[in-house]
Amino acid sequence: MTAETETLDTVQSLTQSGYKWGWETDIEMDLAPKGLNEGTIRLISSRKQEPEWLLAWRLKAFAAWQQMTEPHWARVEHAPIDYQDLHYYAAPKKKPGPKSLDEVDPELLKTYEKLGIPLKERAILAGVDPGSIEGGSQVAVDAVFDSVSVATTFRETLKKSGVIFCPISEAVRDYPELVQQYLGTVVPVSDNFFAALNSAVFTDGSFVYIPKGVRCPMELSTYFRINARNSGQFERTLIIADAGAYVSYLEGCTAPMRDENQLHAAVVELVAFDDAQIKYSTVQNWYPGDAEGRGGIYNFVTKRGACRGARSKISWTQVETGSAITWKYPSCVLQGDDSVGEFYSVAVTNNCQQADTGTKMIHIGKRTKSTIVSKGISAGRSNNTYRGLVRVLPQAAGARNHTQCDSLLIGDHCGAHTVPYIESRNPTAKVEHEATTSKIADDQLFYCRQRGLSEEDAVGLIVNGFCKEVLKELPMEFAVEAQKLLAVSLEGSVG
Amino acid sequence: MLEIRGLSAAIDDKPILQGIDLSVPQGEVHAIMGPNGSGKSTLAYVLSGREDYVVTGGSATFDGHDLLAMAPEERAAAGVFLAFQYPVELPGVGNANFLRTALNALRRSRGESELDAVQFLKMARAETKRLAMPDDMLRRNVNVGFSGGEKKRNEVLQMAILRPKLAILDETDSGLDIDALRIVADGVNALRGPDFSALVITHYQRLLEHIVPDRVHVLAGGRIVRSGGPELAHELEAKGYAGMVAEAA
Repeated sequence: MTAETETLDTVQSLTQSGYKWGWETDIEMDLAPKGLNEGTIRLISSRKQEPEWLLAWRLKAFAAWQQMTEPHWARVEHAPIDYQDLHYYAAPKKKPGPKSLDEVDPELLKTYEKLGIPLKERAILAGVDPGSIEGGSQVAVDAVFDSVSVATTFRETLKKSGVIFCPISEAVRDYPELVQQYLGTVVPVSDNFFAALNSAVFTDGSFVYIPKGVRCPMELSTYFRINARNSGQFERTLIIADAGAYVSYLEGCTAPMRDENQLHAAVVELVAFDDAQIKYSTVQNWYPGDAEGRGGIYNFVTKRGACRGARSKISWTQVETGSAITWKYPSCVLQGDDSVGEFYSVAVTNNCQQADTGTKMIHIGKRTKSTIVSKGISAGRSNNTYRGLVRVLPQAAGARNHTQCDSLLIGDHCGAHTVPYIESRNPTAKVEHEATTSKIADDQLFYCRQRGLSEEDAVGLIVNGFCKEVLKELPMEFAVEAQKLLAVSLEGSVG
Repeated sequence: MLEIRGLSAAIDDKPILQGIDLSVPQGEVHAIMGPNGSGKSTLAYVLSGREDYVVTGGSATFDGHDLLAMAPEERAAAGVFLAFQYPVELPGVGNANFLRTALNALRRSRGESELDAVQFLKMARAETKRLAMPDDMLRRNVNVGFSGGEKKRNEVLQMAILRPKLAILDETDSGLDIDALRIVADGVNALRGPDFSALVITHYQRLLEHIVPDRVHVLAGGRIVRSGGPELAHELEAKGYAGMVAEAA
């Protein structure tokens, strides 16, 4: 996202006080050559002025990664990825961004309009080159100024309640003992191919710490949505909720984002102690490629939460409409007795998109409980797979799981697949799995059209109804955007 | 208002309608009666634009517009409403949300301003009350878990809210007990006036005790074989369809 970096640089040069947010600057001078080796990792670590332990940690991850092979068990297909052909630090801009909104793909602008995105934000999202023309520069810079002041206000409020919320690179510098204590404890460096890669080369991400008994005074959303654009393709997030704490965290953006990095491999780790609750919501709408399946983001993410304390709760809610390929299984490790894991998911695939997504619920503590609600919607020639693991260990007496997997098909050329893995090693555990597959019926469409709805509005209405159980888990303002997003994502999928 | 000339239609290459001629002037309520398989529901679907049916001949105009050339939603915007024989379930879609979306789509197409949620609910609650329907009708998901009678009443509620110029009621009386029948009839009668026409399709004469039609047409074998005043329904009740069709042949 170099265009945004430039925007920030422009802001920085304009504000003499400087922009003290810890994002690395002077990117133009800090280009790492293509390729991945120990030298690249040492370069990243030294540019970020990281402590020795973190460099050692990265190198350990890199060593593990070199022993691993790319996983191919998911129901997705893609051309081989040449990992030596990528830039791992401050990737240079391959081509300049559009000079003004006039040069931006009109289809993209139409989508922004349908989603109700304010005019001045559209330019930023579309990657309009700031400073290239008078009007354009003004638009982009204003928006960033707004966000800086909003973010500062937020930060003051958070500070008062003792909440730490900052870029993870800043946390490494300012709260090294916290980061060192938890980083890689939920997703170990050698967990899987993409997690190992991320651990070796991550450049930034977010860090959240909620102290004991504190209820985070705001949804960590607006702030994040403005700042997330800098995190790059190997994003690292770590959220810790100490005993009795509560936080609702929102990641993503409903607007399709322009991005030159095709491969994204993020890692998110959550830790919840006794009676703590973490609610993590994602709306992901990265570029899915064109109708023929060219281009588009590969999103290979590892997200996992550890319910370490008794009665702790971690809840994942995701609305996935973008990316060419989605490979993502937000999971919960239910260690504490009576801890609760939840996974609510809507995954939409259209045209040639492929999604293989689901969750893992690992029951370890007694009377642990998990709920899985997955709604997959396939249209066009896309493939949509739910893959979920429910594992009950011998000591998890009285564990319970309920899984509900519903698939909705639009048209005759798409696929929906449900792959549940259930392993119960405790006889007192109850595990339930329900799955349905349905099609948007012609008579449903006709009924809506007879009442005056256009075909596309009818599809939007039916799909939103289908996803209702998941959408109601999203924070209010985001639920409304997500509803619009679902309708827009499926445009042209019928008729 | 509604002018049908020589209308023929088929489904899966099987001819169903074989030359229907029918005029429903503005403000009139006409009943279509006929035995099973005579083409009653096909006529309702062809007029409302269901795609499975292929028009093989003839014409149908509404307010002078070629109805058959319009998409279903355009016909709805022009004021055509079909009360379905088998109303469709829309899981997860609230009745109020569905109706407001529909009403606003109609209002937009007529160049009228849209109603916000508050304005809409006020109006919808008033209609629900007037039709003696429970309040939770608006909160429930469209037809999901509704009894047969509730589904039919929901169709009448939708009609009352969307205020069509022409309502086609496709066997709305089937499966209703006498109280529900009265509610449906009251709903239609309340809309009667110079700007409202209706085509009431029914198998039995009993609905026409409550909705007294201006004209009655008997449909058999895809054609209208007799037309007359309300008394025709009584004659039909006495002779049965077989007798009437044999007489007409």
